[in-house]
Amino acid sequence: MLSFVAQRVLKGVIVLLAIVVLNFFLIRLAPGDPAVVMAGEAGASDQVFVKQLREKFGLDKPLPEQLFIYVKGVVTLDLGFSFRQQAPVAKLIGERLPATLLLTLTAFAISLALGILFGTFAARFAGTFLDTAITVFALIFYAMPLFWVALMGILLFSVTMDWLPSFGYETVGANLTGLAHAVDVAKHLIMPAMTLGLFFMATYTRMTRASMLEVKRLDFVKTARAKGLSDAVIQRRHVLRNALLPVVTLAGVHSGTLIGGAVITETVFAWPGIGRLMYDALLQRDYNLLLGVFVICSAMVLIFNLITDLVYRLVDPRIEFAS
Amino acid sequence: MPKRVLLGLLLACGLTAPTLAQEPKTGGVVNAVIQPEPPGLMLALVQNGPTQMVSGNIFEGLLRYSPKLEPQPELAESWSVSEDAKTYTFKLRKGVTWHDGKPFTAADVLFSVEMLKQTHARARNNLAQVDKVEAPDDYTVVFTLKQPFGPFLGIFEVGSMPMVPKHLYEGTDFKTNPYNNAPVGTGPFMFREWQKGSYIRLVKNPNYHEKGKPYLDEIYWQIIPDAAARSVAYETGKVDVLPGGSVENFDVPRLSKLKDTCVTGAGWEFFSPLAWLWLNNRQGPLADKRVRQAIMFAIDRDFAKDVIWNGLGKVATGPSASTIKYYTDDVPKYAYDPAKAKALLKEAGYKGEKIRLLPLAYGETWQRWGEAVKQNLMDVGINIETIATDVAGGNQKIGDWDYDIAFTYLYQYGDPALGVGRNYVSSAIAKGQVFNNVEGYSNPEIDKLFADGAIATPDSKRKEIYEKAQKILVEDVPVAWMLELQFPTIMRCKVKNLITTGIGVNDGFKDAWLDK
Repeated sequence: MLSFVAQRVLKGVIVLLAIVVLNFFLIRLAPGDPAVVMAGEAGASDQVFVKQLREKFGLDKPLPEQLFIYVKGVVTLDLGFSFRQQAPVAKLIGERLPATLLLTLTAFAISLALGILFGTFAARFAGTFLDTAITVFALIFYAMPLFWVALMGILLFSVTMDWLPSFGYETVGANLTGLAHAVDVAKHLIMPAMTLGLFFMATYTRMTRASMLEVKRLDFVKTARAKGLSDAVIQRRHVLRNALLPVVTLAGVHSGTLIGGAVITETVFAWPGIGRLMYDALLQRDYNLLLGVFVICSAMVLIFNLITDLVYRLVDPRIEFAS
Repeated sequence: MPKRVLLGLLLACGLTAPTLAQEPKTGGVVNAVIQPEPPGLMLALVQNGPTQMVSGNIFEGLLRYSPKLEPQPELAESWSVSEDAKTYTFKLRKGVTWHDGKPFTAADVLFSVEMLKQTHARARNNLAQVDKVEAPDDYTVVFTLKQPFGPFLGIFEVGSMPMVPKHLYEGTDFKTNPYNNAPVGTGPFMFREWQKGSYIRLVKNPNYHEKGKPYLDEIYWQIIPDAAARSVAYETGKVDVLPGGSVENFDVPRLSKLKDTCVTGAGWEFFSPLAWLWLNNRQGPLADKRVRQAIMFAIDRDFAKDVIWNGLGKVATGPSASTIKYYTDDVPKYAYDPAKAKALLKEAGYKGEKIRLLPLAYGETWQRWGEAVKQNLMDVGINIETIATDVAGGNQKIGDWDYDIAFTYLYQYGDPALGVGRNYVSSAIAKGQVFNNVEGYSNPEIDKLFADGAIATPDSKRKEIYEKAQKILVEDVPVAWMLELQFPTIMRCKVKNLITTGIGVNDGFKDAWLDK
């Protein structure tokens, strides 16, 4: 297993470097650069000012040289400096990463837990009213745009009922510590995490349901039933466990998409995460920061996928790691 | 009368909630919205709007300006101008200290001037006429100009020329100086904390040089990226102040009607934001003056004001906003007249060539305005193609002159020599810049008028020159002037004296207090 992990990590590093190079060129294809944006905001611009900014950002150097400097930095774990925010990229990302991880992992857990639960029920009661109700419920959240669900949530739970805070990570100025702070953060987390979680829940519900119905028809389920096992045991140990493989695959794929969804959720709820940082960096053409966020997100996707592969083995012991 | 028009009229008349002459109370915390999150707080290095709004509390300039744009003391307590209008002597306040306790002296002013020439494009332009700056003693600074420069006393507000601590910046790499992220100024509030993506916290400067001020204990600038969420934050009582432009215009009438809410359009006199359409004078049908005039006649600017801007603002009459010096409305008029527009297009021989329109990617209001203008222009037979871009892409296209019509709005900084001339003189034509004369208009008479206007004395002579320039420009229509924009500040009525100068919320909260 160790050699499998080592191989995957090595491949991951190569993929990561390829992503860096590709993104480096891709973001430069977009019209406008950081100098143009900053000159635009300064309320004054002349050629000297724009030239000065380009020199400051290192944008006056030939593209291959810029790439070489960047890749050299990444290899030595230096993600560069954001001239726009006047801080090292690693520091900027480091400040925001915990909030995004908290949001996405909570949303991930919510979507997976609810998705599998609802999917199991839908499969168990396939064709009944409960099945239809679960499917409709899940699809409603899947079909509605994230920002809309978020705004409706704010309207209902913040404005009308005044149950939950409408924005932010914590109550600013409250200076809470310990458990009180954790509860405060949790209150702020509920709406963004549910918004993001409910969106992804739909796919897990549908996937679990379809997969379980398929497994249910297989011979070993009949055998289990013939052995006289209870329905609950059959569903849990035999059907669900075998039906989970596609769900695990999907979860691995979603790890990247979640961060994409977090951009919108973080914006509406003013959640101080990496998604919003990425969006701003894109609009402002903050190349180093944008590339830095891409590197971190790509690394996270690769790590999640590695974990997915390891989980396969736990779910289905028949799968062996190729060495 | 529609409510939004009524609101606009009230604001235009400067009618806000009654402010009784009360004794200011000390203490309290104000939560205000800042949008977007500033990239940095060091005003000498970053000059965008949000930076100035926050840092206007931390840093100070030598002067501030009244709503009528008269200079008022700030770090300079008095000033005098020589008879030949070439020497300006500033007497600095004594007893002013930086937030780290070091004294503020003339040496800081000299250093700031030198630093700003390197890092602040607008300051560099403003200081172009300065021959030398000297400090005969610790509390006197003398600017000697190469030639008289009419608007010189108008360049010293905090955003245009912030004072920077010499002892923390001299000999350092300005762009990576650690104090950029923990700025030290002389202002009424001190930087305390910045939770990136969440809030910026400023606390009262206990050693502020104006005794008794500031009144507030703390200011939290809340960072809420979504416009609807900002409205909700105000509605649910989480923030007390929504500075101009914080919420979409269509939300303004609704929020204004909330209990204990006061609204004011004041505080933009210095900036006087004016919106217009760049018209690329260089190529195609727009090179013909008659087509440009037709565009002015074709656009229903009253509709834009009443519907898109909810009655806020004023229809522009020409290159100067009515709030800046030497404005005149004695210029050719362009009322909404599609028939006249069609006739002019016919006369110019316009044959339906495609014209590219670049809206401004600043949110919903601008998007709608782009659609309305497109509709107006198509109604008179102009073949418009909208080009969608983000801000960076739009700036690039404008800088490369790769557009036909493009939305913009710019500040005027109180004087035509500072904020108007740059858009029309031919010396300001240069590829790659986002502003200045990007429309490519070139008229030697205008060049001369603006050159003369900047250095003419006395004031009456400047007035004459600029009035003439306005008439010529409005006749030539180098760009299509749309509206004098108004960005209302919405706040709880308990927040008193928030806006006391022509620079508004960008000038710091030193006079503000809470009526608890």
